[in-house]
Order: sequence, then C-alpha cells, then structure tokens
Amino acid sequence: MLFVSFASFVSKALLVGIASTTAAQAEDKLRVGLMLPYTGTYAALGNAITNGFKLQVEGNGGKLGGRTVEFFTVDDESDPAKATENVNKLVKRDRVDVLVGTVHSGVAMAMAKVARETNTLMVVPNAGADELTGPLCAPNIFRSSFSNWQSSYAMGREVAARKHKTVVTLTWKYAAGQQSVDGFKEAFEKEGGKVVKELTLPFPNVEFQPFLTEIAALKPDAVFVFFAGAGAVKFVKDYAAAGLRTSIPLYASGFLTDGTLEAMGEAGQGLVTTLHYADGILNAQNQSFRLRYAKAYKVQPDVYAVQGFDAAQLLDIGLTAAGGDVTRRAELQKAMETAQIASPRGTFTLSRAHNPVQDIYLRKAEGKENKLVAVSIKALADPARGCKM
Amino acid sequence: MKFRASSVALFVAVAAVIVFPFTDSAFYTELLAKAMILAIFALSLDLLVGYTGLVSFGHAAYFGIGAYATVLLAPKYDPASLWVVLPGAVVAAGLAALIIGLFVLRTRGIYFIMVTLAFAQMVYYVFHDTAIGGGSDGIYLNFKPSAALGAFRPFDLEQARQQCWFVTAALLITWWFLARLLRSPFGRAIVGIRSNEQRMRALGFATVRYKLAAFTIAGAIAGLAGSLYAILFGFVTPELLSWHQSGNVLLMVILGGIGSFAGSVGGAFAFVAMQEVFSGWTRHWQLLMGGVIVAAVLFLPGGLAALPGRLKRAFGADRG
Amino acid sequence: MDLPTFLIQLLNAVQYGLLLFLVASGLTLIFGIMGVINLAHGAFYMVGAYMAFALTGLTGNLFYAILLGIPLAFAFGALLEWLLFAHLYKRDHLEQVLLTYGLILIFEEGRSLLFGDDVHGVDVPALFAASIRLTDTLSYPVYRLVISAVCVALAAGLFVLIRRTRLGMVIRAGSHDRDMVQALGIDIDRTYRIVFALGVALAAFAGMLAAPVSSVFPGMGNQVLIVSFVVVVIGGIGSIWGALIASLVIGLADTFGKVLVPEYAGLAVYLVMAMVLLWRPEGIFRRG
Repeated sequence: MLFVSFASFVSKALLVGIASTTAAQAEDKLRVGLMLPYTGTYAALGNAITNGFKLQVEGNGGKLGGRTVEFFTVDDESDPAKATENVNKLVKRDRVDVLVGTVHSGVAMAMAKVARETNTLMVVPNAGADELTGPLCAPNIFRSSFSNWQSSYAMGREVAARKHKTVVTLTWKYAAGQQSVDGFKEAFEKEGGKVVKELTLPFPNVEFQPFLTEIAALKPDAVFVFFAGAGAVKFVKDYAAAGLRTSIPLYASGFLTDGTLEAMGEAGQGLVTTLHYADGILNAQNQSFRLRYAKAYKVQPDVYAVQGFDAAQLLDIGLTAAGGDVTRRAELQKAMETAQIASPRGTFTLSRAHNPVQDIYLRKAEGKENKLVAVSIKALADPARGCKM
Repeated sequence: MKFRASSVALFVAVAAVIVFPFTDSAFYTELLAKAMILAIFALSLDLLVGYTGLVSFGHAAYFGIGAYATVLLAPKYDPASLWVVLPGAVVAAGLAALIIGLFVLRTRGIYFIMVTLAFAQMVYYVFHDTAIGGGSDGIYLNFKPSAALGAFRPFDLEQARQQCWFVTAALLITWWFLARLLRSPFGRAIVGIRSNEQRMRALGFATVRYKLAAFTIAGAIAGLAGSLYAILFGFVTPELLSWHQSGNVLLMVILGGIGSFAGSVGGAFAFVAMQEVFSGWTRHWQLLMGGVIVAAVLFLPGGLAALPGRLKRAFGADRG
Repeated sequence: MDLPTFLIQLLNAVQYGLLLFLVASGLTLIFGIMGVINLAHGAFYMVGAYMAFALTGLTGNLFYAILLGIPLAFAFGALLEWLLFAHLYKRDHLEQVLLTYGLILIFEEGRSLLFGDDVHGVDVPALFAASIRLTDTLSYPVYRLVISAVCVALAAGLFVLIRRTRLGMVIRAGSHDRDMVQALGIDIDRTYRIVFALGVALAAFAGMLAAPVSSVFPGMGNQVLIVSFVVVVIGGIGSIWGALIASLVIGLADTFGKVLVPEYAGLAVYLVMAMVLLWRPEGIFRRG
C-alpha cells in the first residue's frame, strides 16, 4: 500500500521532471546523489568518500556506464533527525537516479528505508550496520564497504589463535559498537575463548578511566574494543598511560587506528587490528589508485576513499551492463550482483545480500601506517542474518 | 485599517498554503508540511516564552515524546488509527510536561532555563540509552496511521496532498485554540503573571498552578507537533530531543518575535527557508546560519513581527 | 569491588570532577556575576584546545603554548565582550541564549575552515610524561595528577580573588546590585569586561590543559557544555564553592554510575541533578 502510493508519487514527480526539462537533457546525464556528512564529527570521512567516488568518475572521463554524471550533494550532518528529509531532497527534489550514502549507520538506515519505498538504486559507501545487508536488505541496495560483523569476526579468530583465553570488551553503547563486539565474541567463543565481561559507556562519552580501573582489576588475557575517531585516540592514549598496554594486550577492529595514528602518537604504535584495507597492499589496482589519489587531492587515501572509489566502480559495472539506463533494473542489478570489483583492497565480489565478500587483513600500526601483516580470513562473507532475498 | 491588512495577509497566506500542494512537487509539499509542523512546535513554545514568561530550553523533550509515543502506540505490521496515536501522543507529552513541570517550576529565571535543559537531556538519555525506542538507532513508523472511523474514511494520510492539508488544519486549529485561550480568564491570568507575579499572587491567584497548566498545555501541543512529525517522516531518533532542537525552536520563536503567534509561525517558516537556502549554497552553511542569528539578536530586537512597525517608523522619519 | 579498586575509582572520580570544575568555574562566574547565559562556553573550551594544538606545534612545548594562550584567550574574551556581549546585559536571557547559540555555529565552522575536521593529538610535556604504578597491572599518569593539582590551585586562587581582593569585592557587590555599585562611582563596565575575559580564559585554559588527554576534535565543546551547566545548576549559579562541590558530586555520579549501573550511566548525572533540585531548587549554594 505504502509502496504503491510512493511509486505513483515518484512516477508523477518524474513526469513533471521530464516535462519541465527537455527530453534530451533528461536522458543525457546520470543524476547521482551524494548524501554524506560534510560538517560535524564525520566530515573528514564524507570528504574522503566523495574524493574517491569522483576520482573513479573522472578516470572514466566524467562518466558512469557511458553517461555523463551530474552530481547532487546533500550534507547529512550525521544527524538522524534530518535523515529522511535530506534523502528526500535528493530523491524527490533532485530526482536522482542513484543514491550514494552514507557514513552514520542510523542515517544510512533511514536512507535505505526511502530507497526501498521509492525503489531508488542505492550504494552504501561506509555505514557498517549489519541490518543494511541483513533484515533490511533489498534488491536495489548495495554496499561497497563492510559490515560491522565482518572486521571484528576476523579479530575474534586472531585473538583465539594467540592463545588468549579470557577477554574483556569495551565499546560505546550504540549499534556499531555492539555489533562489532557480537562479531568478535561469536568467533572468539567458537574457538574456545571466553568473553568474561562486556563493558559499555554512553556514546560519545570519553571518560574511560573508570573502565581502565575495572579492566586492571579483572585481569583478562586480552582486551577487545570498538572505537573510532576522537574517542579512539583518547582511549588508546589513556590505555597506554594507565600502563595496561604492557600487561594486557589490546585488540580492535581497524577503525581504531584508521586516520587516528598521527594523533595517537607513541601510544598507537604496534597496535594490531583487522580491517578490509591496509597500507602496503601490493596489487596493481592499489598502487595506481594511491598514486592518482595523491596527485589529485594532495593527501594519501584512506579506507574511506577506497570505499567511495569502489562505490563508483560498482555502479559503473551495473550501468554499463544496462547500457546506462537505470530503468533496466534487472540487468543492472544482475551485473552488480555478479561483479568482480577490482578494488584497491583486492578484488572482491558481492554476497547474496549485496555486501562485499572480501579478504580481511591483519595489520600492525607502524609510524602513520597500518602495515599489512597477513590476510586474516580470505573472502569472508557476512552471514546476512535476517535477509530474505 | 490595520486589522484589515493583517487579516487579508493571513487569508492570502492560508490560501497559498492550501493551493501549494497542487504544484505537484512532492519534495516542497513535504517541506511545507514540515515548516507547518515546526510552526505548531514554535507556537507551543511561544505560549510559554512570550505569554507566560517561562523560557524553556528543553522544549524538544515534549516534541520527542510525542513522536516516540506515536511510533510506540502503533502496531508494528498494521497501520494504527490516527485517532488513537495522535491523542495518545498529546496526552503522553502533556503528562511528561506535567510531571517535569512540578520540578522545574520550583525555579525561576536563569535556573528555569538551565533546569528545563537538564531535564530534557535526561529524557534524551532515556531514549538514547535504553531499549524503549530502539536506542540510539531510533525507531521506524512502518505505516502511516489510518484516519478511518469505522467505515468512514475522511482523508488518507498516504496521499501527500491530503497529509499536507491535514497538517494545515492542525496548525490553524492550534493557532485558533491558543488565541482563544489567551482571551479566556486563564489566558489573562498567565499574562498577568508574566508582567507581575507578586501582584497576581496578592490578588489571590495560585500562580504556580497557572504556570503548571500553561507548561502542560505547551508540552501537549509540542507533543502534537512531534506526533505529526513522526507521521510525516516515519522515523524517530533520540536526536529529535537533543538540545540543538530546543535551541532551534527557541530561535524560531525569537526570530519571529516573542509574544506574537503570527511571529512564531513566520519564524518557523523563515528558519526552514534559511536552512534550505544556505545549505544549498555552501558546505559551510552553518557559518551563515550563525551569522544571521547573531545579527538578528543585535539588530532586530523584537524579531520579524516588529519589522513592519520599524519599517513604518523609518519611512515616517524619511518623510518627516 | 575490593578496597584498592574502590580507592582508585574514587581517585578517578575526583580527578574527573576537578577537570569539570575548571570549565564550570568560568561559566558560573559569567552566569552569576553578569547574569549572562553563555552557551558558547563550550566553544571557548574548544578554542583553547585548538590553541594548545596550534601553539604547541609552533613552540614545541605545551608550557609555552599555555603561557602564550592564556593572554590570547583573555584578549579574545575582552574583544568579544566589547563587540557583542556588552550589548546584551540589559536584554533578555532569551536573546543571550540565542546569540551565544549562534556563536557556537560560527566557532564550529570557523574551526572547520581553519583546522579541518581531523582529530589531532597534543603531546604531554616530557616532564610529566611518566606514570606511577598503583597495582600490579595499573598505573596512573602523572599528567592527570598535575591537572588535578592545577585545578586545586586555581580553585584556591579564585577564592582569594573573590574574597580578598578589591576586584573581588566589586564583583560580589555588582552581582547583588549592579546599579548601586555604579551609583558609587565604580566603573562596572570595566569590571564586567574583566570578568568575562577571565571566564573565557578559564574555559580556554581548561581546553589547553585537557588537550593532551582528550586530543582535539570537532564538536568537543558541546560535550563539556551540558555537563558544566549541570554542575553550575547543582552548585548554585555564581558560587565558586558550589561549582567545586557539584563538580565532585558529578565526578562521583559519573564514575560510579559507569561501574555500578552501566545500563543507566548516561542518566546518572541527570538523576543526581533532579534529586538535588528537589531538595534545593536554587542549588546547593545560592550565591557566594
């Protein structure tokens, strides 16, 4: 019912759109809507994703699937309260063909809801919420990044392999944190380990001292955390300053050390993490990507730039198969589902639920880089629990 | 003369709002509906700030409670009845305002501002940290409520146009109700309290009870706005209760000119328009927003509502 | 919880509380004495932290950064007062709320334009980079103890300033009856400018001092703003003593809230506030 009314809504809007612009123009350009954070805590991530995406499009002569791209951007501020309205700006006002976004999981889920209802093609270039390729999965929703479960599941196996028996986990009490801890726990306990205590603190609180005291009193074999950005920097510094680094090893999913190593300074050195990207991946794609990116934007790319780049690659493959026509949805989606994406992170495919099936790397922080140590798990697929597709 | 000018303006504005959805722009129809919902929200705050003299810096709490109540009262896999969720949200928000009012009305002045803020933060954390409303991820309203009364279906909220008109009606009724309220003995009493609480108490008014009633009514109307917001967007998150929202609604009221209902409505519209225009211009649009706010405080005391009078005076001075 | 752990948690609580006091003291001064609600206080904290970051980069040491930063922050505060706040004393609290709310947006975006949106670290001065071993697994960073010591010293300094100096006398008198003080021929405008600049300098100083522990990042001011408000309200607006006691109370509530009732840790602070207000609607100390 809801769907039908929305569809009629959109078709009406499209009719108006075609009537008001000339038919030639409407066919000419592919309208790509970027909904990403350009202000607030995640602004740096939003910019990196945009840069990566545009790098791929520019390398293609400004085209995706043979059609010239016209960009529409909306700053989502990582504010879920404005999410539905912001996505409607792109879908209903700008009538975009493709929706790309975003970083914040809550905002991404609101986007996915609109994308499902309006059947707009959508690619998620970051947000790791398991639901997006789980219970909320849909034929028109794809992800070029990761699921929260993925990167921490690999770490669960690594920590068990290092003969640690007991672990205390600590994270912010929000979905990304909880899903990461769940992924870690699943793998770690399957291998015979035991998570003795799951500590949480309210997001975005960064007063960690009470928890460090508690960890010191519990004396586990190891600690697993999920933090990112400023919180990650503060936590790692506090952990080192409390002297815990020498007595209880710290492990985390890679977001802890991505884009934060410089700010962490000495405290961050040697940290072992798992993620779907690392510095020093030796493949031709990565080397040319890094070179082009550094030349275009005068900074080194990070994992977010890679995800933006791959979002554009994924779309290019789908659109090329459909001859640049977004309405030929079956061919488009089929091509995307079966694509081999030549990513700087290493070639990956998509799962049934449209999440990357990708290698997860074991990395070690050295200087300002997360150096590749080994492939932790090859071609790890998210279990896509709750996806009925 | 003045009366006629303003009622003509009101009539034209209402007519424009009713006709607008026919333009068939789904996005702007929704934006219009949003602006009107925020106008209801701003009206409810103006009752407190402009007429009762209570500067609440936590008014988003009641907006948020109304929104959450709407979603939580609705069944998950079926459309709820509008006639259940809407009154339910109003009652829930009013009740919350009544309880919190008992605490906060013990204070006055700066304390009142701070304490309302702190209580709103408390409510924010209730929704943010507990599982009641889906925690920090928020919660979805999967179906728009149905307006059916038995077999009779007066309107259908699934239709964007009808939804927009429904919001228009809600705004006009709220406005009318508040204007009516102010002309009642109750309204005269709260205005009296604002100008001189001591005197009112000396005259035998139980002033705290009046203030509590005003606080509750304002909370309930904010709840109505929140409920409409949840219905419009189908998604409710703790951020709706954050202190930024409380700040934004204060901004609307002040921008429009406190103590003028037309001003509050205009302030809400101006706020939405500014956000829309500035964010279209530049990534650093909040800088412009901040600049406008600072300039408005320094150079536009009395808000938009005072603007016609100021212009008139300026022109008068020119001629004289 | 065994005794050593309990004692360490107590130390954590006090340490956190003292840092809160540093931010809240400036807020309560501006609040209580000038009657101005300053939402931008958190932004001043952020300005301080970024100043520490920039100046440490320039001078190579946090000490010099702070020595340079305090007079800069003071001058910045005086300038803001002259430019904006001086026009607000006779206005409604409402307009103060609004103006300072606008300032938050301006400062945040200004920060984004000047420094970008990345997280940056600031090094702890080499002198205090060590840790003290408390248990077999846990140490306590010396720098945190230094922060606490500075906070205590500063609290003492503020008491002396307000209780024992001529400026303090004028401030106290002015907060009770502004017109009377003015009638006595005292230049209250100048006093206000000093108080405001002092408040800004205190917030910025707190930011500078905290920068090595917290690092500097977008939105950092908002995080401390609301909890400082709670401190000021519990303590009693304008009361330095009250702010100190309230900071410690909040430090305790937050620390033990996290340890004992982690599910409701976010609420703990506000519950404490509600209870205090039920008992004393105008805070623990009304004015002082």
